[in-house]
Amino acid sequence: MRVLATVLAIASGVIVLLGYFYPVESLLGLRLQLTNWAMVIAAMAVLVGIVNLVSVQMEKIRTRQKGAAYGGILVLSLIVTFGFGLVFGPDDVFMRAVVNAVIVPIEASLMAILAVTLIYASIRLFRRRMDVTSVVFVVIALISLIVVIPTSFGSGIGDSIRQFIGMFSSGGARGLLLGIALGTLLTGLRVIFGVDRPYGGN
Amino acid sequence: MNLTALGLLILAGLLLLGFFVLRRRSPAALRRIEAFETLNRAVGLAVENGTRLHFSLGRGNLYGARGASALAGLAMLRRLSERTSVSDNPPVVTSGDASLAILSQDTLQSGYRAAGAEDQYRFTTGRLAGLTPFSFAAGTIPTIHDENVSTNVFIGEFGPEAALLTEAAERQNSTLVAASDNLSAQSIFYASSQEPLIGEELFAAGAYVGAGPAHEASLHVQDILRWLIILGILAGSLLKFVGAI
Repeated sequence: MRVLATVLAIASGVIVLLGYFYPVESLLGLRLQLTNWAMVIAAMAVLVGIVNLVSVQMEKIRTRQKGAAYGGILVLSLIVTFGFGLVFGPDDVFMRAVVNAVIVPIEASLMAILAVTLIYASIRLFRRRMDVTSVVFVVIALISLIVVIPTSFGSGIGDSIRQFIGMFSSGGARGLLLGIALGTLLTGLRVIFGVDRPYGGN
Repeated sequence: MNLTALGLLILAGLLLLGFFVLRRRSPAALRRIEAFETLNRAVGLAVENGTRLHFSLGRGNLYGARGASALAGLAMLRRLSERTSVSDNPPVVTSGDASLAILSQDTLQSGYRAAGAEDQYRFTTGRLAGLTPFSFAAGTIPTIHDENVSTNVFIGEFGPEAALLTEAAERQNSTLVAASDNLSAQSIFYASSQEPLIGEELFAAGAYVGAGPAHEASLHVQDILRWLIILGILAGSLLKFVGAI
């Protein structure tokens, strides 16, 4: 079974890759078909994931772990919204209200907490690691924050500073992204060669 | 047809195969990366004192270009799950993508199987924490706080919400090793962790936890290709400077 899974995975990977480099009709059709199947499987995976989420919360409730009450609320909310979604569809007024009145405000609150958390983390950086790069990191972060503040003198100096810092930061970011691209290429090749098999285990 | 991309792919493939054969005969000497040394120590301690390892694979899906960071995380998870499966508190994995959560369960099970403890595997240890960035963070924080976690490993695609996770880890005084292919998350991890992993060090994780010669070979190929790109950029700049292009 594991051999079959490996053969199917490698064959699918090679076909999709060949479809990219040799855009002939038959390969493109096969590539599109495989991509469509992947989308269907991904949708099914969401359902499996939700079952897993419910199982974890039910185990919390059954064994009376810390936060079991929140787990109960989560499962109850999930059943109610899932049921409503199935009956009335995702465009129903109630379903829209769930998104606009519950999910959006909660995520916005978390975003606000995030801003404070990031400032706190920057301050703690000196306690954790007092070196040149840490000082440069915090100083540049502070300058970047200051230059985006609107002033009555116009944006001339701010733009010049931003352009100067941007020269270094975009160069550094491109370097990091090139490294990540190489890592991505090699990881993909390991999967296509069947050395790494996250499906079916190895 | 993009000949440069095809050429790079073929070159990388040939080099990977070559180094793979070479590394099977003689293992590579890797340069010291403090974060991985800390991780290896923390994992050993977690097994000894019966605390838990928490591994988060982030919220990147496997269908885009960012999927590779999750695959690198899975390779590392496979090794760590094998090493920690015999602990009183087995490792727990959180993800923000459903297919990634399924793969994490499969990878955990493989680790247990390799350690000869498959009967101790529970599928609830590979969890889907949430499907949006902040619901993923909100679902992961209780795991860090309430489940006797002593070591947190965050490898994969994260966004700014990573700050909430690192803050939770900091509050628990737990060891944190974190790497991401996302630049925002990288800057957050740089500010929040003791020994940050920068850039492509994320993809070195497998080699440093003993995932096999293929991962060591990958590192060598990465180095060679990086030098080729550097030479290419320098040559391009020089030609531009003299007005040849």
